[in-house]
Amino acid sequence: MKNNNAGIEDVLDEVLQSYPAKSMKNRKEHMLIKDQKKGKHKIKANTRTIPGIITNRGCAYAGCRGVVLGPLKDVVQLVHGPIGCSYYAWGMRRHQGVAAEGGKNFINYTFSTDMQDSDVVFGGERKLKEAIKEAVEIFNPSTIMITATCPVGLIGDDINSIARQAEAEYGITVMAFNCEGYKGVSQSAGHHIANNEIMANLVGIEDKELDYKYPINLMGEYNIGGDAFEIERILEKIGYDIVASFSGNGTADQIKYSHEADLNLVQCHRSINYIAEMFEEKYGIPWLKVNFLGVDATIKALRNMAEYFDDPELKERTEKVIAEELAQIEGPLNRYKELFEGKTAFLFVGGSRAHHYQNVFKRIGIETVVAGYEFGHRDDYEGREVIPDIEMTADDRNIPELEVTKDDKKYNMRISKAKKEELQQKMPLDYYEGMIKEMEDGSIVIDDLNHHEHIKLTEALEPDIFCSGIKDKYTSHKMGIFSKQLHSYDYSGPYAGFKGHLQFAEDIAAGILNPSWSYINPPWKDNVELAGTIGGVR
Amino acid sequence: MQDLVPKEYKERNSLVINPVKTCQPIGAMYAALGVHGALPHSHGSQGCCSYHRMHLTKHFREPVVASSSSFTEGASVFGGRANLETALKNIFAVYDPQVVAINTTCLSETIGDDIGSIINGFDVPEGKTIIHASTPSYVGSHITGFSNMVKAMIKQLSEKNEEAKTNNKLNLIPGFVDPGDIREIKRILEAMDIDYILFPDQSDVLDTPLDGNYDMYPEGGVTIPELNDTGNSQATIALGEFASADSAFELEKKHDVKPYILKSPVGIKATDELLMQLMKLTGKEVPAKIEKERGQLVDIIADTHHQFHGKKVAVYGDPDIVISLTEFVLSLGMRPVHVLTGTPDNKFEETVTEMMSDADWEYNITAGGDLFQLHQWIKNDPVDLLLGNSYGKLVARQEDIPLVRVGFPILDRSVHSYLPTIGYKGAILLVEKISGALLDRKDRDTDFELTEFVL
Ligand code: SF4
Ligand code: SF4
Repeated sequence: MKNNNAGIEDVLDEVLQSYPAKSMKNRKEHMLIKDQKKGKHKIKANTRTIPGIITNRGCAYAGCRGVVLGPLKDVVQLVHGPIGCSYYAWGMRRHQGVAAEGGKNFINYTFSTDMQDSDVVFGGERKLKEAIKEAVEIFNPSTIMITATCPVGLIGDDINSIARQAEAEYGITVMAFNCEGYKGVSQSAGHHIANNEIMANLVGIEDKELDYKYPINLMGEYNIGGDAFEIERILEKIGYDIVASFSGNGTADQIKYSHEADLNLVQCHRSINYIAEMFEEKYGIPWLKVNFLGVDATIKALRNMAEYFDDPELKERTEKVIAEELAQIEGPLNRYKELFEGKTAFLFVGGSRAHHYQNVFKRIGIETVVAGYEFGHRDDYEGREVIPDIEMTADDRNIPELEVTKDDKKYNMRISKAKKEELQQKMPLDYYEGMIKEMEDGSIVIDDLNHHEHIKLTEALEPDIFCSGIKDKYTSHKMGIFSKQLHSYDYSGPYAGFKGHLQFAEDIAAGILNPSWSYINPPWKDNVELAGTIGGVR
Repeated sequence: MQDLVPKEYKERNSLVINPVKTCQPIGAMYAALGVHGALPHSHGSQGCCSYHRMHLTKHFREPVVASSSSFTEGASVFGGRANLETALKNIFAVYDPQVVAINTTCLSETIGDDIGSIINGFDVPEGKTIIHASTPSYVGSHITGFSNMVKAMIKQLSEKNEEAKTNNKLNLIPGFVDPGDIREIKRILEAMDIDYILFPDQSDVLDTPLDGNYDMYPEGGVTIPELNDTGNSQATIALGEFASADSAFELEKKHDVKPYILKSPVGIKATDELLMQLMKLTGKEVPAKIEKERGQLVDIIADTHHQFHGKKVAVYGDPDIVISLTEFVLSLGMRPVHVLTGTPDNKFEETVTEMMSDADWEYNITAGGDLFQLHQWIKNDPVDLLLGNSYGKLVARQEDIPLVRVGFPILDRSVHSYLPTIGYKGAILLVEKISGALLDRKDRDTDFELTEFVL
């Protein structure tokens, strides 16, 4: 079926058949087949999900409280709203965090104002104020972040002024996030709301003299299953110092002086690229698109970093670490490659992993035949060059934009314009190429995949592995196809870096080679000779 | 880590920390999955629906499919009518369910969308059914939402057939329990040769086999004709006051079907009460094989009483199961010292207090509490065992107390949803789990030189 685009077009046509006319037109624009000959590919993304179409998407609150803020260890995440939203954000995303010596870690707790009907009628401000007071009295945190859930905006609670008052009253950092679930079209809106607020009111509020040779920030890495632990290990081994992490295994306290870094590494472009841009504008810090998933991508990222800092000693150290790490995993990884050769994967994840994992699979012999994002934007598919062409929708306009300007006191151009241009020829400095360019001809790209499309495409393409989240994991299993969650990594990880790649290969092997799949058909479904007569039946 | 929980109590009226409840719509979604061919639909923004699906999926390790009205800011200002109409059109065209079961969310409730009138104006395809329940998340808990959706089934679907007086059936509402429990209830009813209508019924929906075929609407679930017929039944047994009673009363109000509200049949006493009630209502005997199971349970408890006697236990979770579990651990000779549910309702406190009337030890009982409160209680009055859902592992780890997982949700162990907790069989399995947990702890803590084979 591969490389036979006509056949694949039929598959997509068949998928679209079931939709009512309007929905069909809409969905058609969210899918395409990679075809090098056609040159540019255009896909529709970051637009509303059609009501009733069973999407995997979550809401702005999930993107804000769950994705961006959740991993910050030293923060009391106070959810203002009815109980559910806080409950579901409790320990479900597998962002891990270990407190520094003496530091507090609130990751295992969830906090809510548990809004009741009387609060909806008369307003919940009194309750929120009291909840803040109680949190301060019991836990004495250095930072409280208040997140709003659906009803808050509608009943008009002013969480921003409550945050300001509390900050003055208790002398701690209190921030408010207007991330009501109906804002935007997906979690992506919540990433924006969270990050803009952090940029506006947390980054740069403290200066710190750092005695670091290569100070960097890690951006868009959320430490799912311990990925950031592994990345930290490698970077520290080479000699980098992480100033702050946005936000896996990170703290609000570190973000306060994150403008002291000399380079921002962007792992998940979707959730944070605009903040990286603002750092450059405001403080003069460039950003480098990295991918620490997969050995090949990791090596590329490490070499680019060394090249950026342009220090022979650092380059040498980098090569040494690469060689050391590779030596430990190459043999087994190659054996997995032989084992998996020819197998195919169907990826539908978030806003960056559907791209990031393609090299991970490729290295172990598995080809990606379908890939799509749940809440990516066009630039995540097509590359940053399309950003000027992206039309603003009404939903985009509802999310306040943050404008930053050069901070005259703190701005410090890390590399000259000429140097930057030179580096940009060699590496994705301030640039992301998107997912599509790297994909093979004949593969399908699909945005905001839904339940119906998942089933139809699986039936038509029969991939060996389906990677998505928990909501469609077991649907895939019922069809006899192993599913690996690439949001939460199921119960495993880390998958980042060198050792992580091997761990991933082992988990894939455990999944697809599990004997259970061979038991699906009971033996009596094949011809059984029914010759016996015990019991006198015959 | 839960190392920031202080022993000392501070006043707390507004801040909930680590809840022992969640919001109404997830309960409604679970109830709706117990109707054959139903697609639950969440009228609100898509995040709620996503959270609810994920959470149920994690407990059952089964596909949980539901749709959403996918509100954006516009819908939140102007109302969700257009979104719901579009959603219904797409749902029937693409997913072809027999039934769409709509629940509201705190968003659509705050806006004040009138689902009934939106549906009235909608052209429902021939042979299809839509039901809807109001499930504001700022009232009650997921148990309330479950109850509201079951009540909606009755309110909107039960009928009384005037000519034929009765269908000679018994209505049975099992409550917020697992498919394994539902199978056990059916086994008992069938063993007694009782004709029944059981609803909602998630068996064969959330415990389906892996056979290489995905069926969006598996064979299980109560059917619409059965729900229509509930008005013709002779009586309704509702198991669990909090999850099931309202629907039984609704049937009484609407069609004069007599309601009998029983505890969730966890443990020997509550199961006895169920069987007695079944006998009284049907005139049928308890079959020998069920009586034998009861005898086995009594035998096991008598033979192992020393493992349980005087042990202090904390029970937490949803009200119906916590009430029955408390009664059960009392019958094992244990001492429930902390009993807590997150669902706010004074009836819970009354019922448990009454159960504890013979207790000569200090105890705490709370409805509307949270895990932080339970943890503080335990810091002040330690226990030997925790009995409740997966979240208790935070307390269990921090305080080094064994935890037996029972109730909802169980996210970190498997197979629970296939096995009963209710009935004599369920009680035997529970005894095995409690005994195992206590003895594993004893073995761990006993001096190696003093290790014993027979316990
Ligand atoms: S917005 Fe309301 S219904 Fe949705 S998850 Fe939160 S509490 Fe539940
Ligand atoms: S990596 Fe994926 S799941 Fe994680 S925040 Fe980015 S887009 Fe979301």
